[in-house]
Amino acid sequence: MNLGPEISQAFIVCISAVFTQNILLAYFLGLCPFLGVSREVKTATGLGLAVIFVLTSTCMLNWLVYHYILVLLGLEFFRFILFIIIIAAFVQLVEMVLDRYSPFLYQKLGVFLPLITVNCAILGASLFMVIRDYSFIVTIGYGFGSGLGWFLAIMAMAGIRQKLANDRIPQGLQGPGITLIIAGLMALAFMGFSGVLQGR
Amino acid sequence: MVLDILVAVAVVSSIGTVLAGLLCICEHFLANYGPCRININEERDITVVGGGNLLSTLISEKIFIPSACGGRGTCGLCKLKVLEGAGPLLPTEEPYLSDEETQSDVRLSCQVKVRGDLKIEIPPELFAVREYICRCASIIDLTHDIKQFRFELVEPGQIDFVPGQYIQLLAPVYKKGGEEVYRAYSISSDPSDTNSIELIIRLVPGGICTTYCFECLKVGDQVKFNGPYGDFRLSDNDTPIVFVAGGSGMAPIKCMLHHMKNTGNKRKATYHFGANVVKELFLIDLMSSFESELEDFTFVPVVASPAADESWDGQTGLVTEAVQRNLKNASECEAYLCGSAGLIDAAIKVLMELGTKEEAIFYDKFE
Ligand SMILES: Cc1cc2nc3c(=O)[nH]c(=O)nc-3n(C[C@H](O)[C@H](O)[C@H](O)COP(=O)(O)OP(=O)(O)OC[C@H]3O[C@@H](n4cnc5c(N)ncnc54)[C@H](O)[C@@H]3O)c2cc1C
Ligand code: FES
Repeated sequence: MNLGPEISQAFIVCISAVFTQNILLAYFLGLCPFLGVSREVKTATGLGLAVIFVLTSTCMLNWLVYHYILVLLGLEFFRFILFIIIIAAFVQLVEMVLDRYSPFLYQKLGVFLPLITVNCAILGASLFMVIRDYSFIVTIGYGFGSGLGWFLAIMAMAGIRQKLANDRIPQGLQGPGITLIIAGLMALAFMGFSGVLQGR
Repeated sequence: MVLDILVAVAVVSSIGTVLAGLLCICEHFLANYGPCRININEERDITVVGGGNLLSTLISEKIFIPSACGGRGTCGLCKLKVLEGAGPLLPTEEPYLSDEETQSDVRLSCQVKVRGDLKIEIPPELFAVREYICRCASIIDLTHDIKQFRFELVEPGQIDFVPGQYIQLLAPVYKKGGEEVYRAYSISSDPSDTNSIELIIRLVPGGICTTYCFECLKVGDQVKFNGPYGDFRLSDNDTPIVFVAGGSGMAPIKCMLHHMKNTGNKRKATYHFGANVVKELFLIDLMSSFESELEDFTFVPVVASPAADESWDGQTGLVTEAVQRNLKNASECEAYLCGSAGLIDAAIKVLMELGTKEEAIFYDKFE
């Protein structure tokens, strides 16, 4: 099998998932931790890295389960339930492993894992990969790209919010208000990327 | 059709079961940290089962560390020095530790997980802390939302404490879906009575422990508490004392006054007691008897705004205003404050303005 074209498509899908199809700013998935944990760049980095890791690995796992179990048995409609179960179990497992073997990683990433178990961006990416009929290799690119896109978006948001911390924001807009407006403006900015890539 | 449904259900359930089984197996092997050795104060070693947090592990070894939030990491009372084996500081601990504390290895014991051998330092007085089983002997209404509870000790039958200290009462699960909680209450009884303790508790609407005490606890019921804790206590000198407390904040001060009477302490003392309306005042008779029995004690009840149908010829206004009016020798005094954070912060401000030295102000915040 010639993997060349597959890999280049995976690359394109990855780039588009980071910019033009950013899961957070184009689809507004995974908004809750995006608003909740974006007060400081330091914590946002931890959360972002955890999202990249979980998105990439669960997309791969779910692809395998979908194609080798669900499609074979004709049970595609069960993907919603199964994907969630698999994501939850996987995250739990990773948390246990980190807790046991790497206190350093646990401290940096582990504490955020429970926060993103039920994050809709994670489930969303797995569902998109099915709808768009990606191959396994493309799915890896897609999962990683979506994670990276989310990471970039929350880093940008945390940076902006840290700068805003000392600014005088009108009372009615403080907190979630101004954050949502910023998110909207960032989404507009990311729309500028559309057209950069024609393929998906 | 039926077959389809059965197959579908079977497949999904078996995948779920496999995952659950996998997690259980992993939990067994990964979350099983085996026996861990905890070295305490370089004096003794205890061997415990790893995997839990340090606070609950120590409690199961009958070493009681103060905690008011039950290990959720929100009260900051469970601080301990963990010299070795604690791993890096967690983001959940940072807000409760000062820079000095972080440097000297102080940690929140409810957040530190026992993953291996540990070396910790426990203040020696905590070893005197024990778990007590007691029986509720009487419940007296003091005001519409404050009651006085007396508990007779069952096992062990005696308690030794320093006046001003508090205990942690265990409120059992009393309604569906509830949880056991520990809450701190200052001991208000006469310390010469070592076979029972008294608490003065104010109902916090919707509060877990106070609702239990007010609505479920009956005379004759058995409850558990552990203690004593705390270093709110009278110092050992002759400077005049200013007590300031409102509501259930009277508890530790009442205990201190009993103690002054028992020991023939001749220090000059004034107690400013604040209430909103006259019917919120309580134990007035006891306080007047202290006035005649103690060498030099004055009780100053202050009512913020007496209700229209109440007659009141004592002082009015906020208790802090009364302190400001009455206290002439603030710079020589020691102040003992007790009650809500709001009252204490306001009182500290007034006292410092009057010239009381910061190191002569002692307080216990009920939060
Ligand atoms: C050292 C110490 C000594 C204490 N001594 C006494 C005492 O002698 N007598 C006494 O009555 N209490 C005392 N307290 C307070 C007591 O420990 C509990 O916090 C209080 O009784 C509420 O418990 P709960 O379980 O009913 O409420 P929770 O279920 O814990 O709280 C319910 C809600 O009420 C709020 N709340 C908690 N505590 C208070 C409070 N004190 N006032 C107003 N709102 C509150 C909480 O934020 C929460 O939202 C002391 C606290 C400390 C730290
Ligand atoms: S027990 Fe309250 S912070 Fe640890």
